[in-house]
Order: sequence, then C-alpha cells, then structure tokens
Amino acid sequence: MTEHLVLRVISKLLVPPILLFALYVQMHGDYGPGGGFQAGVIFGAGLILYGLVFGAQAVQSVAPMRLLVTLACLGLLLYAGVGIASMIGGGSFLEYGALSADATHGNHVGIIIIEIGVGIAVASVMTIIFCVLAEWR
Amino acid sequence: MIATHLPALQVALPLIAAPLCILLRRDRYAWAFTTLVCWGLLAVAALLLDRVMSEGPISYRLGGWAPPIGIEYRLDGVNAFVLLILAGTAALMMPYARQSVEREVAPERRHLFYAMFLLALTGLLGIVATGDAFNVYVFLEISSLASYVLIAQGRRRQALAASFQYLILGTIGASLILVGIGFLYAKTGTLNIADLGVRVHALGEAPAILAAFAFITVGVLIKLALFPFHVWLPNAYAYAPSMVSAFLAATATKVGAYLLLRFVFTVFGAPFAFGTLPLKEILLSLSLVAVLAGSLAAVFQTDLKRLLAFSSIGQIGYLGVGIGLASVTGVTGALVHVFNHALMKGGLFLAAGTIAYRLGTTDLSALNGLGRRMPFTMAAVVIGGLGLVGVPVTSGFVSKWYLVQGAFEEGLWPAALFVLLGSLIALAYVGRLVEAAYFRAAPADAEPVREAPWAMQLSTWALIAGSLYFGLHTELTVGIAERAAAALLGAP
Repeated sequence: MTEHLVLRVISKLLVPPILLFALYVQMHGDYGPGGGFQAGVIFGAGLILYGLVFGAQAVQSVAPMRLLVTLACLGLLLYAGVGIASMIGGGSFLEYGALSADATHGNHVGIIIIEIGVGIAVASVMTIIFCVLAEWR
Repeated sequence: MIATHLPALQVALPLIAAPLCILLRRDRYAWAFTTLVCWGLLAVAALLLDRVMSEGPISYRLGGWAPPIGIEYRLDGVNAFVLLILAGTAALMMPYARQSVEREVAPERRHLFYAMFLLALTGLLGIVATGDAFNVYVFLEISSLASYVLIAQGRRRQALAASFQYLILGTIGASLILVGIGFLYAKTGTLNIADLGVRVHALGEAPAILAAFAFITVGVLIKLALFPFHVWLPNAYAYAPSMVSAFLAATATKVGAYLLLRFVFTVFGAPFAFGTLPLKEILLSLSLVAVLAGSLAAVFQTDLKRLLAFSSIGQIGYLGVGIGLASVTGVTGALVHVFNHALMKGGLFLAAGTIAYRLGTTDLSALNGLGRRMPFTMAAVVIGGLGLVGVPVTSGFVSKWYLVQGAFEEGLWPAALFVLLGSLIALAYVGRLVEAAYFRAAPADAEPVREAPWAMQLSTWALIAGSLYFGLHTELTVGIAERAAAALLGAP
C-alpha cells in the first residue's frame, strides 16, 4: 500500500489515539462500559490497522512473535494468578474479596488485575492471529 | 487448607500449566513439567474420590458466590470416578509421550503440543468437575478446540481433513448443547445443574423442556460418537499422532458418556427421559446397531489404528446399552465399562503407536510375524484385544457381565444377545491381529525390528496390566460404580 498517501497519513494519525482509547476502555471498565476484552480488541485493532497499511513485518518489528506469545501466556497467568492469590488469602478460587483485609477493596483490586490480564492476552492473541494469517504462504 | 481447594485445583492446575509450558519453550522441559502436573492431578483426583466416598458429595464455591447463583463445582461418586479415569490415563500415558511426540511432531511445535494437551485435559476435567451447565459448554469448547489442534498434528495430510471434519461435527454438537442449555435457562432461570434438576422436574412436559432435552441429547450423542453420529471418529483417531489417539480414545468419548448420564438422570430425571419420552427405545436400538456395525466394520479394516477406532464405535455402543437400560445394574455396567475401556483402548492405541514408532506404519500387513519381533508389544495387543472381546479374567468381562445381567433384569434378552454377538464379532477382529502377528511369517525382505523403547512399553503395559488387575479385583471399580449408579437413579 505504499502508493496510498491518504491511507498512510490518516492511519498514522489514527493509531496513537486508538491505542490510547484502548487503555481508557481498559481502566474505565470498572465504572462504565468496557473492560479487558474490549480494550484488548481495540488495542489489537490499532496494531492490525498499522499492519494492514505498513505490512505485518512492520508490526513484527514493534511486537515480535516471541514477545506476543509470551504476553498472551502472561495475561492468562495473571488472571489465574489472582485466583491462586485469593486462595492463599483464605478465600476460594477467584474470590477477590480475600485479596485485602477490606473485602470491597479486595474486589476492586482483583477485578482490575484480572481485566488487565484479559486485556494483555486478548490484544496479543488478536495480533498473533493477524500476523500468522498475513504471513501465510 | 489446600484440601478444601482440591476441586478448583483439579481444573486450574492444567490451565495454569499450559501457558507455563509455552514459556518453557524447550520440549524436554515442557514434557517433564506436563508429566509432573499430570501426576499431581492424579493425586488430586484420588484424594477427591476418597473424600467423596467417605464423606459424601463435595461442593466448592468458585469466587465465593453461593450456588445456585454462583458457579459451583460439585463432586459426587459419578464425576469423582470419571475425574480419576481422566487424570489416571493422562498420568500413565505421559512416560510414553516424550519419544512418541519427538518422532511425530515437528521440533518447534513440541512445547505447544504439550500446552494443547494440557488445555484438552483442562477442558475434559472441567466438564466433569463443574456443577454449572454453562460451564459445561465453555469447557466443552476448550477441550474440543484443543483436540482439533492436537489431531491436526498428525504426520499425514489426512490429519488436517480429519481434524476439520471433527471440527464441523463437534461444533454442531456443542452448538446444539448450547441451544438446549439456553432453553433450560430461559425456562428455569438457573444454570446450576442440581438446581436445574429440581426446577425442570416441577415444569413437567413444557414444550421448551422437550426442545431442550432433544437438543442436548443429540448434541451429547455427537460428542459421544454413538451411531449414527460416529462419522468423525475413525479418521480423527486414525490420523492423529499416536499419543493423541490414545488419549482421546481413553477420555473424550468417556466424558460424552458422563454428560449423557448427568443430563439424562440429574437434570431431566429418569422418569421424564425414559417414561414420558422414548429415550430407552431410541438409545437401546442405536447402541445395539453401534455394537454390531462398529464391530463388523472393524473386522474389515486394513489399518490397525482404524480397526481400533471402529472397535471404539462398537464399545461406545456398550456404554449406550448400559445407560439405555436405565437400571442400577445397567448404569453400573456403563460406568465400569467407561473405566475398563479407557484402560484397554488407551493401552491398545499406545501399542499401535509403538508399532508405528518402530515400523513407521500401522498397516495390518506390516504386522505379519511381528509376534516374534516385538513380543512385548504384541502381547499387550493380544491381552487388550481379549479385553475388548470380554474374555473372563480381563476387565472387559466384568463390564459385559453387568450389561448382560442388566438386560436380563429388564427382560430384554435380545439386547443381551446382541451384546454377546458383539463380543463374537470382536473375537473376529482380534483374531485377525493374532493371526497376522503369530501365525504368519514375516516377509523375507523385512528389515530387522527392535522392541520399542522401555518408556513407551511402560505406559502401554501400565494400562494393559491395569485392565487385567481390574478384571480380577472388581471391588474398587464396581463398588464405586454401583454407589454412583444408585445415586444417579435416586435408588436407596
């Protein structure tokens, strides 16, 4: 797509706000519509837009496959880790209330960490799927 | 403290281990780690079964929310028994996995293979452990998606087609189950299985309940691969890597049988399914056709893995007969057969895999004279095969004994006749294996073959020896199965 000047400029302008909006949706998921999955999809969409215009190789230079796979695993481990942490805190699996002395506070902390895990995993998996399909021969 | 969390750990351990396997990267590490996790899961399952047997059902509140609103993991005699089968076969197969996977899977994919294996195990364990109907669907998808990937790792190109065929049918089956669960939820407002049982009973014959029953039953039958929904099974088992064939043959369809038991007896109740609706007639006739057709088709196969796959279709028929009898003896027979068949068929597929490891093929013509060249492996095949026939002393005899007895108790002597006829046909296909291995000479130009590596022998023989042991010592299997069946049917 090297000859499409408009597309290149507009997507270059759009990608940073998309990534920023993803972070907003991520952190705002506690109080309004949004959350980890949506944020992950938006973040992934930002990277995918960049890849569509500048090529999957360009995405890979920012986020190599090895990093993406590691991040996807870490996202899942973050989620499951909260489950284990709440067990150690004396609750049952994923009972976030047990993460803190104050159950309400614990619930807040737990859900935010879990949503971050979901966001990381979803964003990396979306990008992995795009890169694998884009490099399919 | 950890004892109270065992039900959650049973499912969470492999789920956490799967991404760790990917991060480990080196395939030897991934294998060692997976082995460790599988033996840990077996220990957890054994502890849980012991506790269920001594103290009664265990309920675990996921996230601390009380059932029926929250998600509950509920273990009783039935699913604790099935959990032990799943974790046990996985643990016993792991020593085998290293060399088999090194031979059959590309180096850069091996650690991913173990991660997928753990995810498939997570799904299967989750389906069985959970007490929540929607959880069943989610775990069903986890195990199915992982199984499709595992099957596609087969060395031959047909593995991709087989995996795709299973993907299409498996997705249809899972979707039907989801629609059925949706109907139940719309009508009752609950997803907790125990709670569903109470509320569905109160609703009687509402059309939505009838629809839910039809959707769920057909969906589960596809997953169970009962005739005529078996078409995905032969190719999937024949072209998958040896380890995957053995694992899926020992576990996946068994979980299907568990789902059928759970939905028919706990959710809808035997009076509804077998009194109001003609499930008994449908299930028995389909199962008996499965026994005959599956076994007959097995006789005419030219490949060992395909032969075993068609034999599985016949053996699934026996499970259907036991469930269809809807009596304590019948369901006991089905549950015992779930256990015994997992050992026998798992062991046989492992043996087929060791033959593929040494010969590079599982074609029956390659078996000629193999009885002398790979004596231990072929001995395992013969003992496992005799178990499929149901010869006394093997565990196959025990389960068939209960099935035939159950059929006579119900006055259904034709069913008993068909079960015995199925055994005779099984004798024919096992006879073909024995004839090839022991009564035919190896071709003169055959390359010398060594016996398989000891680790692969160990797994194969552990399962086959188990099937012999549980043919002689039936207290554990039959004892647990009888109590579980009585609990399912609500008998005292």
